[in-house]
Amino acid sequence: MNFWHFVITNRQQMLDLTLEHVTLAGVSTLIAATVGIPLGILITRIPQLSKVVLGSANVIQTIPSLALFGFLLPAPWVGERAGRLAILVLALYGLLPLIRNTYTGIRNVDPTVVEAGRAMGLTERQLLFQVELPLASGVILAGLRIAAVVSIGLATIAAAIGAGGLGEFIFRGLAMVDDRVILAGAVPAALLALATDTLLGWLERRLNSIRTNA
Amino acid sequence: MTAHASRGPAIEFDHVTFCLNGRPLLDDFTLAVEHGGSLVLLGRSGSGKTTTLKLINGLRLPTQGDVRVNGLSTAQWEAIQLRRNIGYVIQEGGLFPHFTIERNIAIVPHIEGWDRERVRARVRDLLAMVGLDAELASRYPSELSGGQRQRVGVARALAADPPILILDEPFGALDPITRSEMQKEFRALQQELRKTVVFVTHDLREGLLLGDRIALVEDGRLIVNSTPPEFLRSQEPMVRAYIDAFSEPSDLRRSA
Repeated sequence: MNFWHFVITNRQQMLDLTLEHVTLAGVSTLIAATVGIPLGILITRIPQLSKVVLGSANVIQTIPSLALFGFLLPAPWVGERAGRLAILVLALYGLLPLIRNTYTGIRNVDPTVVEAGRAMGLTERQLLFQVELPLASGVILAGLRIAAVVSIGLATIAAAIGAGGLGEFIFRGLAMVDDRVILAGAVPAALLALATDTLLGWLERRLNSIRTNA
Repeated sequence: MTAHASRGPAIEFDHVTFCLNGRPLLDDFTLAVEHGGSLVLLGRSGSGKTTTLKLINGLRLPTQGDVRVNGLSTAQWEAIQLRRNIGYVIQEGGLFPHFTIERNIAIVPHIEGWDRERVRARVRDLLAMVGLDAELASRYPSELSGGQRQRVGVARALAADPPILILDEPFGALDPITRSEMQKEFRALQQELRKTVVFVTHDLREGLLLGDRIALVEDGRLIVNSTPPEFLRSQEPMVRAYIDAFSEPSDLRRSA
């Protein structure tokens, strides 16, 4: 039985695990963006916080992912369901690129443009939403792209705590010493990451082409 | 001074000192601009001209003394209200690169809640006023030449018809021919609109052409504040040095 044969006979399970994988990575990236982008904005407004916030996000990134799953296992509510725990851990890893890119993206907006806006009587809120965020959107999107791709890769490890996803095949294949089973998890995961990277990269280039050539 | 004494000047600096990190950028500045008057702030780079402008629209607040616009201290003005009464033009326009020309020009009318038709009409009028083709409205700033961008910058500053206009070396980045065109057009525009204008430049010729008063700023201090003919006659060494730097004095007198 070759690889393709395995894929065809197990296609339903592959599809289920792929969907589970997409859900894990998608929801966690969404949460990372919901928390990370506002945090990134916050530290451009209160620069004293930037060291602490960026530092913490950096530290999270240095913890090995398997260990982080282990650490959070006893946590209330999130520890009860493997899916919740996996999403939390993946979201934590996605924070750094989003916070950092939002922060640098806004900081790198041409200060004369921002001051021109301020001088015309735009409120701080209008400056943020009409000038700074749109002009930083390419860089922020680049952060989202990193977060999403990292999340898709890391989500394979979530299977180790029983959260499902394409990692199931990989771990099962490792246990069975069967390359076909490993590949059935690894190939779709890699394709997902590639597709996400390409799509978001394309979006990013489109945004940049409008906004950076002044 | 007496002509408008009842209304008071449009802009007034009353012994203003401004320090940044303990270093004085402006030192005991006192001057006034009458309603409808145009003051040119002349001086070298770093002399404090730009700071002076930013004190007018409240981007900076004085360390000591008082800047008053229409009689009210900029510290007491509601900053957003103050700034919407003052059009601001900077070098290269400072346009929003992600907005079309129309949105750039219409930003203040837009946030002031004008309806769409009124905004449209205003943008058309303004483009015509600064000598730009109406079809540029849908372009982005990066698609325009430097001169066109500068015209858009002027149009944007005029959009909500503010009584005061402040300009920070608006024509500094333009080639000499375009610059000369823009200067003449701006002068004509000013004669028509009668805004109160404060214009920053390091170009003496530009200053003589556009100001009904010229103030020379050096190292954060106001050296002289006089009419163009008085300025050219001044024996103040700093003024002489400035005039000598600009070639033929007889030539300059003509342009004044």
